[in-house]
Amino acid sequence: MHNMNETNMTSQSQLQFSEARMAEIRELLTHYPENQSRSALIPILHMAQSDFGGWLSVPVMDYVASVLNLLPIQVYEVASFYSMFNLKPVGNYLIEVCRTSSCWLCGAEDITAHLENKLGIKVGQTTADGLFTLKAVECLGSCGTAPMMQVGANYYENLTISKVDSILEELKKENKYSRYC
Amino acid sequence: MSAKILLALDHIEGIASLPVYAQHGGYAVLKKVLSDISPQQVVEEVKISGLRGRGGAGFPTGLKWSFLARPEGVPRYLVCNADESEPGTFKDRYLMERNPHLMIEGMIISSYGLGANTAYIYIRGEYFYIARILEKAIKEAYAAGYLGKNILNSGFDLDLHVHVGAGAYICGEETALLESLEGKRGNPRIKPPFPAVQGLYNCPTVVNNSETLAAVVPILDKGGAAYAAIGIGKSTGTKLISASGHINRPGVYEIELGIPVEEFIYSDEYCGGIRNGKKLKAVVAGGSSVPILPADLILKTAEGAPRLMSYESLAEGGFQTGTMMGSGGFIVMDEDTSIVKNLYTFARFYHHESCGQCSPCREGTGWMERILHKILDGHGSITDIDLLWDIQKNIDGKTICPLGEAAAWPVASAIRHFRSEFEEYVLNPHLIEDVKHYYRLQTT
Repeated sequence: MHNMNETNMTSQSQLQFSEARMAEIRELLTHYPENQSRSALIPILHMAQSDFGGWLSVPVMDYVASVLNLLPIQVYEVASFYSMFNLKPVGNYLIEVCRTSSCWLCGAEDITAHLENKLGIKVGQTTADGLFTLKAVECLGSCGTAPMMQVGANYYENLTISKVDSILEELKKENKYSRYC
Repeated sequence: MSAKILLALDHIEGIASLPVYAQHGGYAVLKKVLSDISPQQVVEEVKISGLRGRGGAGFPTGLKWSFLARPEGVPRYLVCNADESEPGTFKDRYLMERNPHLMIEGMIISSYGLGANTAYIYIRGEYFYIARILEKAIKEAYAAGYLGKNILNSGFDLDLHVHVGAGAYICGEETALLESLEGKRGNPRIKPPFPAVQGLYNCPTVVNNSETLAAVVPILDKGGAAYAAIGIGKSTGTKLISASGHINRPGVYEIELGIPVEEFIYSDEYCGGIRNGKKLKAVVAGGSSVPILPADLILKTAEGAPRLMSYESLAEGGFQTGTMMGSGGFIVMDEDTSIVKNLYTFARFYHHESCGQCSPCREGTGWMERILHKILDGHGSITDIDLLWDIQKNIDGKTICPLGEAAAWPVASAIRHFRSEFEEYVLNPHLIEDVKHYYRLQTT
């Protein structure tokens, strides 16, 4: 967990979107009527999660509330509703293996079991080096290319055991935080 | 028109870029519509086409459009439902990824017909990379003058934006989608009022599926009557089918509505038969929500007529012996498939995705998941099967939105057609191999 905490603490101690991000947000707000800036909440939560360590801590959510001039509760209730928002720290790479029907039919459970063995963790856990978190998720719309997993913004499809191994090797080599938006 | 209408260009290199799309006739229909056709005629052509909502409900699109309230001085919105989350469905993803301009052109024509000056594409958050593809295509369309102010000197203005969700099946339900687009939890609204009267920001709104909006282009190109001539009966036109599971050729196929199910499963043009020479056991024909059918009933109706890929034929026999077209998520299972385990993945899905607003759904979905888990864990009893039946019955029709039915129907149909398999699990728990380990770790 060492690396992960370090990453999270550094990024969370500077709770301020970059100037480029703020410009992106100003542009985003033009998509909605003037009195409806709350519409930008979900896109901005994605940006916050991406910029501040891969999860949404209470201070991060409070910061987003201040950016949009919302009550903190309006942010919490949304962040807790959607499954892509992590309310707890996750590893640098969040590996999400689809487990719903078509993927299950095509061997998703073997992929999950292999990942568990290979990473030495169970579903829902993070590796000790803070690099990987393993999650089982519901249908990601990749049923024709099952089994599949998503890491950050990337879809990895038609998985086999050896394909999973080479993906893990590649990610380890990169060893950087996978900003997804 | 051939059966390839929406996917006619998907094999062309670079079709996602505007210049290539334009080389192949892209935006010609928009130009024709804006110069020659009135907004009322656009709605009329879509009515004549018989186009039905491709997201799952199959409601006539032209009729839905005709409900749109048009009070003076109030903005109207068009929202594209690209939240595609129904297990077994991946056609919108394919369409948007391969040929984003087709859907965008369809949205511009539709917005013109509806008198909407702002439109949104609400896309599921996991499809981030497709959101990027759409944003790029939209930028190109603005630069070419197909979006923005006074499009092609017609006096018509339209702004189009991509809006990403964040992982919630329920946001495919149109009122939940609108809540989400307003920056709230995706809790479905009570209808009426319908979105056509009070939708986004309380303004009149039409919400249509991606495939539905893409189909507007060929309809306005060749005319509603030409589109209606394709297909069979009230199932007009073509439909994208997402084929997955134990088949030789999984993928997205565009079919003329009305081809035999048997042809779709066994023809090398489509699924190419069952993998590894196995036999067909069951099919979920329209996404996880629709009733599962055993091989004999999916290939032929109870009366022995060949079952066709059409809204009517798939539904023939009602829930006793039929199913539904739904979203066209066609999941095929071979002879070795455990129907009980497959149902468990559905039950777990619906429990995870229930928004929690209505107690029959909130409590019932979790309860069904737990019972199925218990059965798979070798601790079930015969009364559990009856209890499952009872719970699904008490969810069906008792919730604000259709997620309740979506969760109930798979359970009802699996028990209806495969009860003996449930009994086998309950009576011979020692036969259950290896499920305990796996299902423990997969339970949330």
